[in-house]
Amino acid sequence: MQMLFKNLNLLWNKFKKSNSQFWEELEEQLISSDVSVDTADMIISNIREYAYSNNINDTGIIRDLLKKEIIKILNCGINEKLKFSGNPPSVYLIVGVNGVGKTSAIAKLAAMLKKQGKNVVMAAADTYRSAATEQLQHYGERLGIEVVHHQKLSDPGAVVYDSLDKALARRSDVLIIDTAGRMQTSFNLMEELKKIKRVVFKKLDRDPDEILIVIDSTTGQNARHQAEVFHRAIGLTGVILTKTDGTSKGGIVLTIKNELQIPVKLVTNGEKIENIDLFDPEKYTGAIFT
Amino acid sequence: MFEQLTGKFEDLFFRIRNKGKLSPSDLDAALREIKLALLEADVNFKVVKEFLGNLKERALGKEVMESLTPYQQVIKIVNDEMTRMLGSSEGSVNFSSGGPTIFMMVGLQGTGKTSSVIKLANFIKSRFGKSVALVAADVYRPAAVLQLMDMAGKIGVDVYSEKSMDPVSISRKGVEKFTRDGRDAIIIDTAGRLHIDENMMLEVENIRKAVKPHQVYLVLDAMTGQEAVNIASAFNKRVECDGLILTKLDSDTRGGAALSVYYVVKKPIKFVSSGEKIEDFDIFHPERIASRILGQGDTLTLIEKAQKVIDEKRAMELEEKIYRDEINLDDFIEQLRGLRKMGSMEKIFSMLPIPNKGRILKNINFDESYLDRMEAIINSMTPAERKKPHIINGSRKKRIAKGSGNPVSEINKLLQQFSKTRQMLRQFSSMKGKASLPFGKFW
Repeated sequence: MQMLFKNLNLLWNKFKKSNSQFWEELEEQLISSDVSVDTADMIISNIREYAYSNNINDTGIIRDLLKKEIIKILNCGINEKLKFSGNPPSVYLIVGVNGVGKTSAIAKLAAMLKKQGKNVVMAAADTYRSAATEQLQHYGERLGIEVVHHQKLSDPGAVVYDSLDKALARRSDVLIIDTAGRMQTSFNLMEELKKIKRVVFKKLDRDPDEILIVIDSTTGQNARHQAEVFHRAIGLTGVILTKTDGTSKGGIVLTIKNELQIPVKLVTNGEKIENIDLFDPEKYTGAIFT
Repeated sequence: MFEQLTGKFEDLFFRIRNKGKLSPSDLDAALREIKLALLEADVNFKVVKEFLGNLKERALGKEVMESLTPYQQVIKIVNDEMTRMLGSSEGSVNFSSGGPTIFMMVGLQGTGKTSSVIKLANFIKSRFGKSVALVAADVYRPAAVLQLMDMAGKIGVDVYSEKSMDPVSISRKGVEKFTRDGRDAIIIDTAGRLHIDENMMLEVENIRKAVKPHQVYLVLDAMTGQEAVNIASAFNKRVECDGLILTKLDSDTRGGAALSVYYVVKKPIKFVSSGEKIEDFDIFHPERIASRILGQGDTLTLIEKAQKVIDEKRAMELEEKIYRDEINLDDFIEQLRGLRKMGSMEKIFSMLPIPNKGRILKNINFDESYLDRMEAIINSMTPAERKKPHIINGSRKKRIAKGSGNPVSEINKLLQQFSKTRQMLRQFSSMKGKASLPFGKFW
C-alpha cells in the first residue's frame, strides 16, 4: 500500500506557505488519486476554513490537518472487522461488476479463513459467465474447500439454497457466495442478487452477515457509483479492494467511506493466494504521509 | 457513457445561454466547471490542464467574446478540442496481403480481453468474411482457456491451446499451425498482467518477438481512473501498441480514460465494446463520442444499428400499412423484435439526444421482462388473432393468458397498448402523410 497518494510529498516540498496555487494543487493531487471531486472539495474546504480562521498558512501544519481530516473520515464509527455470526454458518455474499477480480478475491478470502481454522464452503452462484464455475472449482480443489455448483445458466438462487443446506449439514463456519459479475446498470443482475438475499433470509432467518462489493482499485470515479448502485439494491456492509499493487492510488477508499459510509474491509495485492489483508486505516494513512 | 459529463455541460450552458454575452468571469466559471467535470470523468489531470489551456486561449479570442451566442461558440470549441483529444482518424482493420494477419491482445486483468478476442473474431468474420482462428495464451488464470473455447464454439471459430505453461511457445506453435492451415486472421489472447509486473511484461515482449503480430491492441476498461495513462504508456513502451480497444462502455462510466489515453500515447482507439452480446462491438468514432459529451446524443450509432436490423423493403411495406391503417399484431411483434435486436431499452435510450439523460436514467428501471411477456402473449395467439386483434374476446383472452402464463389483465394491457399505438400512428400518418417507424412506444 505504499503507493497510495504517492505524489503528496512533492507538494509539501514545493510550498512552504499556503496560497491559492497550493490549494488548487492539493485538490488536483487528491483527485488524481481517484478521490471524488465532492470528497476532495469537502476535505479541502474544511481544512482551508480552519486554517483561515486560525491564521495558519504554514503547510507543515496544514499537512497535519489533512491527516486528521482523513483519519476522521476513515474512523468514523464503523467497524471494519469481518462479522461472524453466533449461529453458523456466517454467510458472505460477494458482489461486483465484471473483471474486478471477484473469484480470485473469494479464493483468497477462503484461504485466509481456512488458515484461521474455519470450515469454509463456497457457492458458485455465477452461472452466467462462461467457465466461472470451473474457475472457482479449480480454487476449491487447490484449497481443499468444497464448492457447491449447478449447471451453467441454472438458477443462482437454487445454487445458494443447496449451498446453505450443505453448509448447515456440515456445520461449516462460513459460506462464501460468488455471484455473476455484470454491469451495475444491469437490472437483471440486481434482481438476481435480491433473490439470493431472500433465499438466505428464508433459510437462516437473517440477512447475509457480510455483503461485500469487490472493487478494482484501478477504477476511477465510477467506483463510487458502482458501490452506490449495489448498496441501494441490496445494502452493502463493506468493500474488498483488489489489485492494489497496480500503483493505483486508492483514493476511492476515502470517497466510498465518506459519501456512502461503507468501510473497506479487505485488500488484495498480488497473484498469490495469500495476498490478502484486513484493511488497516492506520497503515493507510501512514502510507499517505511517509 | 459520458452521461454525467454531458449533464454538467448542459447545466452550465443553460445558465450561460440565458445571459447572452459572455463576461470574463463567466468564462472563468465555465472553465472551472469544465475542469471539474473532466476530472470527475476520470480524464487525467495533466491532460485536463492542457485542454483548458487550449480552450481558454481560443475562448478569449474575438470569435467568442464578441459573439451574441457565446455558449454556442464555447460548445463548438469544446467539441473541436475534445474531438482532437480523442484522435481524428477512424479506426479500421488493415489486413496484410501475404499470409494471415496476426492480432495480439494485451492488457490488465479483468479488462475484458477474452471477450474482446471473441468479439473481434466475430467482427472480422462477419464484416469481412475472413476465416479467423484463435490462440489461447493465457496459461495463468484458471479456466481462461476453457472460457475462450466455450465462447469460440458459439461463433464457430477454432482455438489452438495446449497444456504447456509456456505462452511464448504456445503462441508460436498456434500461429504456425493456423498459417499452414491458410487462415486469414489469427488472434492471440494473452494473460492479463499489471503494467508494473516486470516478469509478466517481459513475457509479453517475448510473445511479441516470437510471433511478430501485425496489430497489437491494448484492451482498456473504460472505467479506469487516473492510472489509465500510465497503463497505456507502459504497454506501449514494451510492446508498441497499434491501437486500443475500449471496453465496458455499457457501464455508466464517464469514460474520460478514453480522452486522456489517446492524448498521451497518441495511439488511436480502434474499437469499442459496449455490452454482453457478441455483436456489441464496433469501430470507434471520435466525433460521435465528442457530440455525445456535449449532449447531442449518439444518434448516428443508433441509426446505424437500426439500419442493420431493419430491412428497407419491409420498412416501406410497413409504412404503407400504417398509411392504410392495416397494421396488426404481426407487425407489432416484428417491430418489437427488431427493437430488441438493437440492444437493451436502456442502451437505446442512452443514445438518444435527450437533456439530463443521466438523471432520468437513474430513476428509471427498464423492465426488459415486460417485453418478454409481450412476446410470449403474442406468440400464444392464433394467426387469425394476430391479423385481426378485434376478434379476441373473453374466452380467447383466457386461452391466451393460459398459453403464455400471464394473467388476463396483461393481455388487456397489451391490446390497449396496441390500439393506442395504432391510433397514434394513424394520427401521425394523416399529419405527415407518411409515418416513421413506431420507436418510442415502449418506454
